[in-house]
Amino acid sequence: MSPARKSKKPRRAAKSVYHSHASEDFRVGLPDLREIAARVLKLSDADETEVDVGAVSDALTRFANNTIHQHVAEQNLALSVRVVFDGRTARASTNKTDEESLRRVVNAASSLARVQQKNPDLLPMPKQQKYQKVRRFYPITAAASAADRARAVARVCATAEKTKQTAAGIFTTGLTESILANSRGLFAHYEQTRAEFSITILEKDSSGWAKSNSPNLVEIDPEALAESASEKAVASRAPREIEPGHYTVILEPPAVLDLVGFLFYDFAGTAVLDQRSLFTGRMGKKLFGENISIWDDVYHPLQLGAPYDGEGIAREKVQLVDRGVPRNLVYARATAKKMKARPTGHGFSLPNEYGEAPMNLVFAGGKATVDEMVLSTERGVLVTRLWYIREVDPYQKILTGMTRDGTFLIEKGRIAGGIRNFRFNQSMIKMLSNVEMLGVPVRAAGEESFEMVVPAMKVRDFHFSEVTKF
Amino acid sequence: MHDWAQIAVGTALVRGATYADARVMDIRQRDISTKNGAIGTVAESESLGIGVRVIASGAWGFAATDRLTCEGVQACAAEAVSIAKASALAKTHNVVLAPEQAYEDTWQSPFIKDPFRIPVERQIDLLLAADKEMRKVKGVTLAEGSMSFRRIEQFFASSIGSAIHQVKMLSGAGIVATSFAEKEIQKRSYPNSFGGQHMESGYELVESLDLAGNAGRVGEESVALHSAAQCPEGTSTIILESAQLGLQIHESVGHPIELDRVLGQEANFAGMSFLTIDKLRKLRYGSEIVNVVADARLEHGPGLGTFGYDDEGVPAQCTPIISNGLFTGYLSNRESAAAIGEKRSGGTMRTESWNRLPIIRMTNVSLLPGTWKYDDLIADTDDAILMETNRSWSIDDRRYHFQFSTEIGWEIKGGKKGRMIKNPSYSGITTEFWNSCDAICPRDYLTLRGTPNCGKGQPMQTMGTGHGAAPSRFRNIKIGVAFAK
Repeated sequence: MSPARKSKKPRRAAKSVYHSHASEDFRVGLPDLREIAARVLKLSDADETEVDVGAVSDALTRFANNTIHQHVAEQNLALSVRVVFDGRTARASTNKTDEESLRRVVNAASSLARVQQKNPDLLPMPKQQKYQKVRRFYPITAAASAADRARAVARVCATAEKTKQTAAGIFTTGLTESILANSRGLFAHYEQTRAEFSITILEKDSSGWAKSNSPNLVEIDPEALAESASEKAVASRAPREIEPGHYTVILEPPAVLDLVGFLFYDFAGTAVLDQRSLFTGRMGKKLFGENISIWDDVYHPLQLGAPYDGEGIAREKVQLVDRGVPRNLVYARATAKKMKARPTGHGFSLPNEYGEAPMNLVFAGGKATVDEMVLSTERGVLVTRLWYIREVDPYQKILTGMTRDGTFLIEKGRIAGGIRNFRFNQSMIKMLSNVEMLGVPVRAAGEESFEMVVPAMKVRDFHFSEVTKF
Repeated sequence: MHDWAQIAVGTALVRGATYADARVMDIRQRDISTKNGAIGTVAESESLGIGVRVIASGAWGFAATDRLTCEGVQACAAEAVSIAKASALAKTHNVVLAPEQAYEDTWQSPFIKDPFRIPVERQIDLLLAADKEMRKVKGVTLAEGSMSFRRIEQFFASSIGSAIHQVKMLSGAGIVATSFAEKEIQKRSYPNSFGGQHMESGYELVESLDLAGNAGRVGEESVALHSAAQCPEGTSTIILESAQLGLQIHESVGHPIELDRVLGQEANFAGMSFLTIDKLRKLRYGSEIVNVVADARLEHGPGLGTFGYDDEGVPAQCTPIISNGLFTGYLSNRESAAAIGEKRSGGTMRTESWNRLPIIRMTNVSLLPGTWKYDDLIADTDDAILMETNRSWSIDDRRYHFQFSTEIGWEIKGGKKGRMIKNPSYSGITTEFWNSCDAICPRDYLTLRGTPNCGKGQPMQTMGTGHGAAPSRFRNIKIGVAFAK
């Protein structure tokens, strides 16, 4: 049995499972954000005013030892006001919306702005923009109840009990709504739902893990994820210790995500301007393998996020790397002006010192399945998931971290069993130059990076420097 | 605001809870940053709300809202009870809490200067002065500075009758000089990396740091690192200064002693721990001179883990964690203490904000001082690398194997501090490392460092922890692996 994720089409959770509260009453208690934004703009006497107001309704069911041990829900509002006086800007935030609090937050932003030096890079706030529509709000997700999540958790815990395994994980559902408006007429609205299920199945000396998220609850199948994690736990029983060294590795998509996610800020124009990006002095030069192409694309069907940036500029699809050559960066408006480039709609809310970043990375892929990658490998290591990744060297982009929850030795095209977890120290430049096979890109969810669309990868000469005790 | 907490607890009991507690928290924050002679961020924020935690049908529920009206608070408490009843759908046992007394009290962290009353322009000017000094150094390509201040006022009420009011003031500041040249980026931070030094303190902390006075040195060191010798690969004696040792304590002692990890509650995310219950009072964690405590009391110092009461109403305590090398204690809460048969919680439940569930967190986990004067320690060392200021940190999900790198190192040869070393790194297995400790400097050299960015829990919570440590020496440590080819 191969512990690699099955290539069969994942089962979809039966819609009726989550349909017990599928009405519009999930909006009860959520504030009228348009009205709040309008009130703030009226209260301000600044040269320019921007208001960013968002509401969150989130819930999370957490389980371990086959029982729910934490179960939480929150409703919160975040209101943030930026004002400009004669080239000076500052921001103040609150979660209170009574008249006095709104007045206070506007005054706080004004007081902070007035005492500053003039900022020569500050541009006038943008006027109304046009945005491409994206559908990322699913009422069935927004309406999921505590009992819906608990029942799903109860089922996977009961299965784990039966197989004498131990389950731990989370099931979360929620919605966010936000409005960005300014006194020059810009108005942008975005709403999104989010569902996520993550599970670790533990045995005496092994473990397996699986995770998935989507704006649409129907796409989440807790039992299939539990089954996948369970199979990995079984397959990695009695792990052997093998020598550290350079191995051919097959990285499943979550492992790829958590590594390449560390590149995201390097693509910021500001990072290159500040000379802290690995692309400093390397734009337009061959850096990775021919099979590596990367875009930032918020409109990709597997992506999430608003179609506009922190200033309200529409996000553009940008090709960052073309067949191994870094071609383009992303730019906020002020960065674009400094670097004689065009804004791409990737700026953070102002004021900030970091500029911008691509938040929706999409990697080009191939057609290989993980099983095919295993079959083609004489000796190597299959990695489910990575953990505690940190940057060791910013310019060679050396990252360190550990494997976790399902690490396997491959011998002669077959899984030869579980092995003890490795520490790696690996340059991302070298890794992305050594990719031998690519899978179909999927929306991957890990723990070190925000979700991206990445493929599984077969990589030669991956450096495992040391081994741990389990 | 205390009334809202009482209303929440009362409502939860009426709705069927067998236990309830509530926290109203009013949080104010100011963040300022500068970069290359310009202002980066100037922002203030405030957040007010209530979190209600209950046990009903033998299971936990938690709900939080920013709607501080009678209707909003009652609805929140009712939702917490409803969630707890849903939790009971997947329950293997009823929640049991270790006994605790009721307290009515007020506690405030001491400070001299309220940072929110210091004019923002004065704070910006201080950062810009340091920025200017860093940029005077030829080769510095990026100069950055930051300050942050946080005031947390909270009202706690519980169904056992506690009513506790606490106010904490937190301050922090730091600077970083970065130098890009050839194919290398080097940086130096002061007084520590990742935001500098943070304590439960007022603005007097920032003034005491003398950022501008240290900026030139920081800039010069960042440039000098380019021509320094590379850290060799092999086995060596190392000496860790207090900030790096603080993070070593955090990762290889503080996290593994969290009892929720030990009991498997973090298995899916933050991980578990090698410190299984059978090892308590049996495992030789470190050498005879290693003594570690988890101390939330003010007498330990104004660390980021100092408080009067934890966030389930248990008074601050000092728990011996490692005593003369022997593993002697965990970080616990009322539930986990009961689970392992302890009589009382160790008082380590902490929450980031009103909208987050309190979870077991480090308080001030500190290595107690030793007897070696710093100069004597250096003089007594034939061949070693002295490592300063963390650059990267990583440890496995059971806290056995770690790897750290620091911003700068110094060769120690024949009892003298010698040439600068770049890219220092070391790695090892937790208990082997602590058992190799053969010298710890005394209290005069101890610094209580704040780690403001400790992440744990789902939803993720960021918490500040404190770590007291004096420079210490460790033998036979693997070095240089991070950059090995």
